[in-house]
Order: sequence, then C-alpha cells, then structure tokens
Amino acid sequence: MSDVVERTLTALPSLLSLDSQPGAAKLSSTSKLGNLIRGITELTSKHEEEKLIQRELVSIKEQVSSPNTSMRQMKELMVRALYCEMLGYEASFSYIHAIKLAQQGTALEKRVGYLAVSLFLNESHELLLLLVNTVLKDLQSTNLIEVCMALTVVSQMFPKDMIPAILPLVEEKLNHPKEIIRRKAVLALYKFYLIAPNQVQHIHNKFRKALCDKDPGVMSASLHIYSQMIQENAEGYKDLTVSFVTILRQVVGGKLPMDFNYHSVPAPWLQIQLLRILSLLGKNDQSTSEIMYDVLDESLRRAEMNHNITYAILYECVKCIYTIYPKSELLEKAAKCIGNFVLSPKINLKYLGLKALTYVVQQDPKLALQHQMTIIECLDHPDLIVKRETLELLFRITNAQNVTVIVEKMLEFLRISKDDYTSIDLVGKVAELAEKYPLQYNEWFIETMNTVFSVGGDMMQPDIPNSFLKLLSEGFDSVEEDMKLRLFAVDSYVTLLQGEPGKLPQRFLQVISWVMGEYSCLRGELEPAVVLRLLAKLLDTKSTSSETKSWVLMAMTKLCEGGAGLSVAREVSETYGSSLDTVLRQRAQELQHLSQDSDLRARVRLRNASLEPLEVDSSLSFLDGFVSEALAAGAAPYKPPHQRQEELAQEKALSLEPYGLSLPISMSSCSIGDRHSPTLLSVSSGLSGDSTDRSHKGGSTTLKLDGVKRVWGREGYLAQREAAEEAVAQVEVPSPLRSSSQQGEAGSSQSQTPSLTPTPEPEQEKQQLASSLFVGLASQSSVCLMGKSEPTHQRFRRKARGPGSSSGAGDQISDSPVVSAPSSVDILLCNDLLDTSNTTSEPAASPSPEPPSQLFHGLTATNGPRDVERTDSDVKGSEPSLIRGNGVVAAANEDPDRLKDLCLSSHLPSELSGLSHSEISPLCSNQSLDLSACHVHKDESLVLVVFVYNCSDSDVHQILLELDSDELEVSCLCDSPVEEVISHGVAVCQYSLTVKRPSVHFEVVGIVSYQSPVGTPHSVQFSHKLPLTSFIRPLPVSTEEYGTLWLAFSHDTKQNLNLVSDGPESLRDTLNELKKKLQLHLVEIIGTEGIVACQVLRDQPCLMHCRVNAGTLAVWLRSPVPDLPDCLMYHCQRALQEH
Amino acid sequence: MIKAILIFNNHGKPRMIRFYQYFPEDMQQQIIRETFHLVSKRDDNVCNFLEGGSLIGGSDYKLIYRHYATLYFVFCVDSSESELGILDLIQVFVETLDKCFENVCELDLIFHMDKVHYILQEVVMGGMVLETNMNEIVGQVELQNRMEKSEGGLSAAPARAVSAVKNMNLPEMPRDINIKVPSLSPF
Repeated sequence: MSDVVERTLTALPSLLSLDSQPGAAKLSSTSKLGNLIRGITELTSKHEEEKLIQRELVSIKEQVSSPNTSMRQMKELMVRALYCEMLGYEASFSYIHAIKLAQQGTALEKRVGYLAVSLFLNESHELLLLLVNTVLKDLQSTNLIEVCMALTVVSQMFPKDMIPAILPLVEEKLNHPKEIIRRKAVLALYKFYLIAPNQVQHIHNKFRKALCDKDPGVMSASLHIYSQMIQENAEGYKDLTVSFVTILRQVVGGKLPMDFNYHSVPAPWLQIQLLRILSLLGKNDQSTSEIMYDVLDESLRRAEMNHNITYAILYECVKCIYTIYPKSELLEKAAKCIGNFVLSPKINLKYLGLKALTYVVQQDPKLALQHQMTIIECLDHPDLIVKRETLELLFRITNAQNVTVIVEKMLEFLRISKDDYTSIDLVGKVAELAEKYPLQYNEWFIETMNTVFSVGGDMMQPDIPNSFLKLLSEGFDSVEEDMKLRLFAVDSYVTLLQGEPGKLPQRFLQVISWVMGEYSCLRGELEPAVVLRLLAKLLDTKSTSSETKSWVLMAMTKLCEGGAGLSVAREVSETYGSSLDTVLRQRAQELQHLSQDSDLRARVRLRNASLEPLEVDSSLSFLDGFVSEALAAGAAPYKPPHQRQEELAQEKALSLEPYGLSLPISMSSCSIGDRHSPTLLSVSSGLSGDSTDRSHKGGSTTLKLDGVKRVWGREGYLAQREAAEEAVAQVEVPSPLRSSSQQGEAGSSQSQTPSLTPTPEPEQEKQQLASSLFVGLASQSSVCLMGKSEPTHQRFRRKARGPGSSSGAGDQISDSPVVSAPSSVDILLCNDLLDTSNTTSEPAASPSPEPPSQLFHGLTATNGPRDVERTDSDVKGSEPSLIRGNGVVAAANEDPDRLKDLCLSSHLPSELSGLSHSEISPLCSNQSLDLSACHVHKDESLVLVVFVYNCSDSDVHQILLELDSDELEVSCLCDSPVEEVISHGVAVCQYSLTVKRPSVHFEVVGIVSYQSPVGTPHSVQFSHKLPLTSFIRPLPVSTEEYGTLWLAFSHDTKQNLNLVSDGPESLRDTLNELKKKLQLHLVEIIGTEGIVACQVLRDQPCLMHCRVNAGTLAVWLRSPVPDLPDCLMYHCQRALQEH
Repeated sequence: MIKAILIFNNHGKPRMIRFYQYFPEDMQQQIIRETFHLVSKRDDNVCNFLEGGSLIGGSDYKLIYRHYATLYFVFCVDSSESELGILDLIQVFVETLDKCFENVCELDLIFHMDKVHYILQEVVMGGMVLETNMNEIVGQVELQNRMEKSEGGLSAAPARAVSAVKNMNLPEMPRDINIKVPSLSPF
C-alpha cells in the first residue's frame, strides 16, 4: 500500500507540470483512454459497460472521419479503438483508418497502424489488399524498423494471392546484413510455406542457406521450416540428419555464445526443437537413428541440473529416444528419466511423466508396472487434469482382464467431470473399450453402455450409438451369444422404460426405441402391446424431442402386429397424424395404415428376413425411367452437390449468364434437411452396412464444414485415437489359446505383489487395485520395439467388418489372435544376437528354424504396417522368436530384394508386359504372405498390379484383397478374385485406377485377409502411394480446339517457373523437358508463347499456357476440375527443378 | 505453433489478446471467456497445463498458463510446442515486461496495451517463437523506443501523463497490483 502512495506522490509533480507542457493539447486525447478505462472500472453491470463503450465508439467514429484529425491524434484514437475491440465491441469503421495510418504515418504512427491492422483484420479480409502496396514500400525502406514492421505484419497475415508480389523482396531479405531482418524474413517465408507451399518451392536452397547462417538466431528460425517440412516428408531430409546432430552437439557442448544461455543452460529452446526434428527423422529408420545415439546420450547426461528448462530438454530427449529406432542402453536411461518425472513431487513434472508413460507404454508396458503405485495415487489426485491423463494411460494398457476395473474408474471420473470436452472424449473411450470386449461380459457391456449413454447424454459423438446398434445387429460369431446380448439389452431397457424415461438423454431414448423395435419380439413372454404402451408413454413425455419421437414411431411401426397393440397404435397415430412436424406426421400416417390394414401388415412384415441383408439398389436404377422422362420434359440434369456449390459461388462472384438455374439450390437444401431422418440410420444399420461411413458421407454434402473438419476437427482426433486403439490391440490378449496360461501367470503376479512388501491396510487396498489394474501386463508385455503403431486406416478396417467378413477374416478387434511376444529383454537379446552374428548363427538362435526366404521377407517388411501375429508354433513356446525380432530390423539386405523384383516382374500379365511400369515396391509382408505392387501405364488407364507371394511352406486359402482410396476410383479387373495361393506361388491381381479428385499424391490403402493352414484368420493392412504424374496422358488437340476449351474452363492457377536453359530455344527445351517427364502434349509454340495440353485419367483435361518472360516461364494452367491446376503446377515445378 | 496468447485478470477482463489463427470476433470472445472459466477455477498448486478444449483446434490444443498476482498469462498452443518450454517462455515474456515497464503491474498493461503488443512481437512472430533471450528482446524494443524519442519531444509528454494517471487513485482498481516475478525456481 505504502508503495502505491509513494508512487502517487512521486508522480504528482509531473502531473502538475503537465499544464505548462507544450503537449497539453494532446493530453486530452490520451487521458480519454484513461477516462474510458476509469469509467469501465467504475461500472458494475455488463449492460452499463456496453452503453459506455457504444458512446465511446460513436465519439471515436466521429473523430476518425473528421478531416481535421491529424495523424497523431489518429494514433491515439486507434489505441482506443483497439481497446474497445479487445473487450469484444466491433469497431469496423476504424479498419480503413488503420490501413491509412500504416500507409501515411511516420514510422511511429505506422507502427500503431500496422498493429491495429494485424489485430483487426484477418487473412481473407478484403481491405487487406489495400495494405499490399504499403508493405511493398516498407520492405524496400532503408529504415530497419520499418522493414521489421512490414515483415511482422506479413507473418501475421497476408492474402495468399498477393504473396508473389512481395516474395522476391522477402527473399532478398535473407541476405540482409542485419541478423534480426534475416530472422524475421525466414519466419515470414515459413508463413508463406504454410499457406501456399507451392509458391516457395523454389527457395528451398535458401532455407538451407539459412540453416547454415552464421547467426544462431537465424538458424533456429529456419528450424521452424524444417520441422514442418520433415513432418510432412521425412524421407526427403534424411541427408540433413548429420547437420542437425552436429548443431545439437555444439549447442549441448556449450559452443554457442553465452548470450544464448538461459539459466546457464545453453539455448534450451533450440535444443528442444532439434530433438523434435531428430525424432521425426529417426522414426522407423535404423541407420538414421544410429547417427543420433551419441548426441542423445550426451544430452541426457548434460541435462542434469535442476532447473525447469532442463526438464523440458530431458522430456524431449526421452520422447525422441522412444520414437527413433531403439537402442537398449538409451532406453534404459530414458526409462530411468521417466521414473524421475513420475516420482517428482512437482505436479507439472508428474503430469509430463504420466504423458511420457502414456507415450511409451505401448512399447514397454513393464514401465507402467514399475510405477503402478504412483499411477494408483494419481488416480486419486485432486487435479482433474492429472487424473485424466492417468486414465488415458490406463486406457492404453487395457486388456481383457482389467477392462472392467479400468472402465469403472473412467465412469467414476465421468460422473464428477464437469468439462464437456473431457466427457465427450472419455465417453468415446469407454464405448470403445466396452465394444472391444463385449463377448466375455454380456451384461457388463450393456450396463456400461447404459451408463455411457446416460452420462454422455446428447453431446457425445454420434458414432457411438451408431456403432453400438451396429454391434447389436451384426452380432458376433456365435448366434447364441448374440441372442443373449440382445435379450439382455431388451430386458434392461424395459426396466428403464418402466422407471423414469423422461430423465434419459434423447440419444439414449433413440437407441432404446430402436432396440425395442427390432428385438423386443425375442423375449417371447413380452407382449408387444406392453412395449407399445411403454413407447407411447415416451411420446407423451414433454421433454422428448421430435427427432426421438419419430424414432419411437418407427419402433412402434415395427411392433405393430395386431391384437391389443393395435389400439395403442391407432391412438398414437391419430394424435400425431396431424402433427405440424412433417416427419412425425409421415411416420404416424404409416403407422395408421399399417394398423388398419392387416393384409398390408402381412406383406410388409419381414420379421424373419430382417437378419439377412436386404438387397438395395443403391444406384436407384428403378428411377431411370422417371429421370429420362423428366429430362425429356425439360428438367435440369442432376448435378452433384460440390458442382452446385461451385456454380453458386461463381454466380455470386460475377454472373455473366443472364439466366442462372435456381433449381439446384433448392435441391441441395432439401437434401440437407433430410439428413436427420431416422430412416437413414435404421435402414443402414439394419443392413449391417456401414452406418458410420454413410453418415460421414452424408456429412460431406455440406462442403465447407467438411474441409474445416479435416484440418482441426474430429479427423485429427480420430487419428490419435486410432493410434491408441492400435496400441491396445497390441497389448491385449484375447486369444483363448493363451488365456489359461496367462491367467496362471497373472495369478502368480498377483500373489507376488503383496508378499513382496507387507503393507498397512489402506496401502493394501491400493495394492489390490494395482493388481487388478495391471493384471496381464507382467506376463505378456507384448513388446514390439519398433512396432510403433502407425495411425492406420480404421475406417477401412471398419468397412471390412461388413456382412461378408464379420464372421471371419477381417475382424481384428474382436477375435484376431494377437499373441504376445517375448519380453523386451528377449527381443533385445535377440536383436543383439542378430547384430553380431547376422548370417552365421540364426538357426542356432531360433528353436524352430524357418526357411531363409522368410528371413528376407521379414527384413523387407519395414515399410508396410507391421502385424503382430505369429504362427502357432510360436504360441506354444515362449522362446524368443527370431523372425519377430528380425521383422523389425531395418538393415537393408538389398540383394534378395532385387532378385525378388526381377522374378516378380516375370509374373506380370502378358498383356501388360510390354508397357512401362513402375518399380515393384513391397507393400507388406508377414510370415506367410508377401505383397508387392507396381503400376503399369496404359494409354487409356493406369493399372495397379498387386503380387501376392506365398512365402510359407503351406497353401494359403480364402484370400480376400480389398483396396480403397479417398481420391481414386479402384475397380478390380480380374474376373475371379484370387482365393488361394499355393506354397511359394505368386498370384496377381489387377486394379484399374482413375482419379476421382486430383491430389499431388494419391494413396491406395488396402487390407488382405486370409486363412492360415491351421484355419485361423489373419489380416494385414498396407498402403501404396502414387504420384499424380502416373495418371497424366497427352491430350491431342489442335490449336483451335485448344482455344475453345481454354475459354470453357473455370479453374486456373498462375505461377512463374524456372527455365531449363538460356538462349533462344529455352522455351522449346523447357516444354520438351516437361513433355518428357509428364507426358504432356505440345500443341504449338508461337514466338515466346507455348500451349500444351494433357488429361488426367479419365477425361479430366488440363490446359497449359506458357510465356517466356524476363528469364522465367510464366505458366498458366486451366482445367474444369478444381485443384487439378494446383496439383499439376506442383509437378511441373518439381520436374523443372530436378532438371 | 502458438495459436493465441491471452492475458486477463482475476476477473476475466482481457488485458491483452493476440490470436495467431483467425477466429471471428465473437468466437474470440468466447475463447477468452471459456479459457478464463477453465483457468480461474484451478488452484495454484495444480499443474500449469490444460489439455483438450473444443474451441481451438480440437484435441491438438493445450493451454499453458501462469498466474501472477492479478493476471493470468495463457498460451494456447498445438502439440508441436513443448509444454515446459512454453512455460519458461511465459516467464521470459513477463520478465521482459517487468524490465521494460520497471516493475510491471496490471495498469501498465491496460494503459500501454500497444507497447505490450510491440514487446510480444519481438518474442513471438506469426505464432512462432522468434526470440527467447530477454536482453535481445529488450534491445529491440529499446531500439524502437529511441525512434519514438527522436521523433519529437512532444510524444514524451503523454507517456508521462499516462504514468500520472496510472498512479492516481482510480476507484475499484485492484490495489496491490504489482506482478511479482518469482525467482523462477519452482513451478
């Protein structure tokens, strides 16, 4: 307090002297801000604040628009406007003045102007275009501060289209003598790279120069770019590993100037960033990882001082060590380090320790075991965040034996959690776990899902009820079990309905009504009339939403069988027959008809057939006649939604055609409104079809949202969850073969734990909890050191669980025999053995020697997703398996690879053998199958040839190969799919690929499922990448045709590219180069201009117009297909760069 | 990447807001409110990280915050940032503010919102950490301030006036407002 008084006193003289200051006139405006702030703090209600600010805004508005306001006054006004905007009041009238201030003010005023612009506007704001000139001017200024300001505003936001205008100037700044300018220029270029990667492709060399800059600040700025680029494509930057390692070594070794120390730690942030980059580079790559072992070791050793920031470095180090190809020594140290984190009394470190454990536990479940007591303690931690992280960790070590305990813990948390996001996330996880182990615990499953539905309420992700219903309807292998499950569901729902159903969330009610409609007949003694009455009670409840009501009506329709139920049905249908809600009315009408007409009932009711998939004509071919009639009568042809959207956008932009169609718009809105009808879901799930997929597709009709989702939304989140799931899949041991022995082991571990440490009562409770939580971990520890779970394509897998395969092959989640590998020590031992005696002593190390060919296939398996399955002989014994250990060794043994390549190409179908084909690349392999693929360029199509090589000694049956891609259309060319491959034989599948949606690279994902000789189903996933260039074919057109086409195409992009040579023939040389590399058709060269045409399979033309201009090639691409010009531009640029 | 930097006081009044990813105005205010709601109910002895919010970028989004006397400094970042690294960056930022304003307090931030922005611009640029060395940051800011002085003695006056206003008895203003910059050891 005295401090404040003192300050006030010291300030008084200056306050008094103010009147005599020459700047007194200006003071009034400054103190206006003071007045404003003072006014706001005096206020007590939000309403008053609003009034005050509105008044303030009006006065600011008056002053800014008055011509007498000087720039200096404007500056003050701008700060006041900024203040109002910060409080959430719009001051859009001042935006243009901010730009003006940045344009015309002196350096100081400019600074305020730029600041205001960067706070007011966003990248797509149209006023920003007015700023481009100012930025241009300031970038050329001799005043360093102005240059800095321009670079700062550019990196905050800049319109994407205008980047080419300032790019050369920013590039130039990379050579600026001042390091601060160079550094800011690097970051500005990084921003450009983020928003328009194609535009800065040509300056990658300059990034390298920035990396080698003599100033460490510039170097560390360039690391931002590299970590981004390496994240996108690690393969392309492996050569830089040595440089990064050298830099890190120098930093760690204290070679940087003292300025860079932070609390006597040398450049900690730089170290963190380098460690992140190294972990990206070393992931799944042994040779690269080997380069960094030493420096990682040194980092671990050096970072021993006890300051927060050293923990930050240690944490990154540990993560890096567990991400790259493992080395036992380092792993040991890292594990110790994690222990330090977990055991730390500091809560932040404990939290990070748990995070690290979560990350690591998929490779080394033993580590969780070591810290079980700490984990138990964290479960009861007062900090919810820590608690949640602990649950996340438990989620990853869930197996069939501890699932009930873990789910119970999660539900406990859910009941107290107030945070929506956490709840949604956790509900998803519980549902996932519950669905993974439903068979053993029928009742538990239903009860858990009941809790999930009632706690999760209406905010949970919509796919949870969908997949639950799907699970119920598809069932599992045993019909009997399915029945039990459904019966139990019906019983428990009847109880719920008899209670107070009004309190249940809508989603839950929908699930209940669907289940009642489908399965309540299974319970023989349950009268349909009783169920109908219960459902009718729901309809009368006020809180029931109309969507739920229509679900209920649907269920009633299914149950309407005659007898006493009819009267209930009639009553209900009369009430809702006049409902204002059209969907409800429709359902009610249906119900009414059904209840009145017994013939109709007999015809429609398909009770017994409902379990079999219905034939649905998804192409709606029965409507063809109707369509052609309508077309003949002059109706507009159907256009897919995205096309409509585009046309709409174009019309908005500039309507050149006087009579635009208005029909498509109304159609699209109608289809959107339709999406919520329950029929969609019940039909598709009744079909056992892909209800989740379908709802997804439905969602994609709303174009814009979809795009947003893909970047930040559930997709990204899903990837993570898939990874988690994969992890659990590796840990779980649902195989009946193992369970008995395992339980034995688990039991022994249970009995061991208490005997080791005699403990007091509460402790014992915890011990007990620990033993139930960590059961199954000790014995199995299915460590697959390198087998880090790639986020695989879950969607695809789900699809594979369709009606055809649900009983057999593809069902990984429920019944794939994932069998534990020996403990990590064994694997390490095994690896060491291999390292030292790679070729000589394999048979000695392996108790069941395998043919050598397998060894090689194991070696080549580094690219495809690895599977964790083993043959039966391995299951019985617990000897270290050579092949498993081997499968993860990345040592490239090229010769057999090449050999295989040669012999595989001889299997190419004769009609394809003469054509050019890509290199045969391995897709995936395991102990019995080895898949490779190549693509063959035909004139009219691109054929993907998949070779299935059976490398085991026995035949493989029931092979099912499925391929899919987001951007490509995949169709099988074979008449009869491959079903079995004899021992050491090769089968060939051909697929024709065409482009659905252009992209720079395409990915085809696939799954192969088969039965091993013993009869156990297996499945392996793989993916194959193709560039756009494989799909490009020349488009033979004449110059006239070209002219008309050019005008017809709407999507275009322009960019300057490098010429391949100088001199008069430079254009021809460059175009020939492009023609050679990309298979374009050179239409004509006229003077300094050239026109080129090509098409992307199938029938997606793209035209190119080039002009030589000041030593560069100005390229203009046009196509009717969106995104195609951009993607093609990328490849043109690449082609010319490689030259 | 850093998505946003928010500074607000114990009552949730925003003191400095900087977004590095575009959000519409109402969304920004909602983010501020929700962040305050999340952060303010946490004790001082729990961890400084909050994960998962539905607002910015879904699950790839965490809040890292520090609480100094009357102010919360919150950094919203994605997974590419190191938690502990950002935590120390906040410390660096606050220490820099302390150095530039000489014993910084909440009022400094209110009356010199623009200056706080200028200082921040030297620490974080476009969502990327630009400089972590306090001396360098202060150096850059001072360079700009010199330009301010050279541009006219007049402009020095309002600054003095502001400091006078700042030290006057404002009603309802928090009294004990000096941000205590702790000596950086414990969390």
